[in-house]
Amino acid sequence: MSDPILSLRDVWVEYGDKIVLEKVSLDIARGSFVSIVGPSGAGKSTFLRLIIGQEAPTRGHILLDGAPLTPEPGPERGVVFQRYSVFPHLTAIDNVAFALDCAGSMFLGRLYGRRRKAALEEAGQMLEKVGLSDSRDAYPAQLSGGMQQRLAIAQALIRRPRILLLDEPFGALDPGIRLDMHALIDGLWREHGLTILMVTHDIKEAFKLGDRVLAFDKRRHDPHAPHRFGSSAVYDFPLTGKNRRPPAEILALGAREPAAA
Amino acid sequence: MRRLVNIRPGRSGRIFLGAAPLLLVALAYLVASAARHSVNPTDKILPSPGDMWAAWQRMAMSVDPVTGAVPLIADTLASLTRLGLGIGIATGSTLVLGLVLGLLPIVRATLGPLVAAIAVIPPIAVLPVLFIVMGLGETAKVALIAIGIAPFMVRDLASQVSAIPEEQMVKAQTLGASTWQIALRLALPQAMPKLLKGLRLSLGPAWVFLIAAEAIASDVGLGYRIFLVRRYLAMDVILPYVAWISLLAVMMDVTLAWISRRFFPWDHAKGAE
Repeated sequence: MSDPILSLRDVWVEYGDKIVLEKVSLDIARGSFVSIVGPSGAGKSTFLRLIIGQEAPTRGHILLDGAPLTPEPGPERGVVFQRYSVFPHLTAIDNVAFALDCAGSMFLGRLYGRRRKAALEEAGQMLEKVGLSDSRDAYPAQLSGGMQQRLAIAQALIRRPRILLLDEPFGALDPGIRLDMHALIDGLWREHGLTILMVTHDIKEAFKLGDRVLAFDKRRHDPHAPHRFGSSAVYDFPLTGKNRRPPAEILALGAREPAAA
Repeated sequence: MRRLVNIRPGRSGRIFLGAAPLLLVALAYLVASAARHSVNPTDKILPSPGDMWAAWQRMAMSVDPVTGAVPLIADTLASLTRLGLGIGIATGSTLVLGLVLGLLPIVRATLGPLVAAIAVIPPIAVLPVLFIVMGLGETAKVALIAIGIAPFMVRDLASQVSAIPEEQMVKAQTLGASTWQIALRLALPQAMPKLLKGLRLSLGPAWVFLIAAEAIASDVGLGYRIFLVRRYLAMDVILPYVAWISLLAVMMDVTLAWISRRFFPWDHAKGAE
């Protein structure tokens, strides 16, 4: 893989003597949609927190576009969580314009006059893309779960992040709404050439949306000291148009009981 | 037969049930007052409505020839000024301290224990210190109110701010927000309705500290007046004053609730947490 957007080199994450991730080495290609699956406790979320910058690796390096990743969240990495991703005190349009406000006004954190008008214009277009034009002045509490996630996606995309990180983004939604969201994110991915990392526990979703699936699990298991072995990406499937069916070993992974913590 | 836990009164039923105890108390008072007056027409302990109305006219509708002011108006203005200053100082410092304590782990580690230690001191116990240090004037009374309610409000607001979900904090950073912008655009607006809630809870204690300070050293004020006329067993003045104080307190509470609904509708929206 020449010129990956994100590289992990021999990354370990340890809490005290508990090893969560061990020896993770990965390259993520520009423009790919990587789904991350694995049983509970296999370090999927820790992996995502590393990339977001919520925590730093105990050992190893993470490179974004060839430069070491800053160990705190920044605008080059957009994120959508399962819940609480939008600001409850701002209307939909202000939620999306928030990033523009921050970029354009260091001290007031809010644009005024002509520049605000331009920002609202841009935010309005982004809302239209995710199908929320009719709710621009609604507060998040007045929106359904699916609409809140649409808003969170619009909010995350307005600064054009280098990577978009999705942490179980559709996990709390009804099945029908989830299908709509799949179509939305797939369309945005293709249209904008985004690089997406999505953690999900829904294996069908992982194989439907991704063009590469990483499965995290423990390579080794010590029944007497389960915490001494960490997880890493044990399966790595590049997907083309044809092989969209999850293989048996992956389905078994999802069905297995969570590893004893 | 339905279970008692499932029987819910309707709207008119609730009004009737709510009013009944109030009317019963009023009725019991009238009966007791009439009984005492039938034995002793000059009884002062349970004044009749007529006695209280006469005292009210004297206190609230006529000028005191000595001071040249209407006593109730002078008392109310003096008390509300002290209360307003004390609450204002407490609220202002709560906003700043509560925000930085809730938002910045480094400040929480530094000042958290100090605030916690101050919060356990009973404010009234500090009143003599305030009188000694600040004299018997307005400053000590205002300070008592501020010191009395601020520690609770600061701790309440700090915990509310630190309870803002981590997802929101991370999201704001991925949208390019600096610490200052997070404080200004994220924490401050979300703190405001919580601050108003804390303030509403603190109004009761604020009145307690005001009346305590006025009872001990003052020459005007609602608390001063009721403690002054106590010497003459003037229940006909005290009871209307207590009712007036309660009315003021209720009006302040209702106003704060209205401000919160009017300016922070998102905090009251359906399904909001």
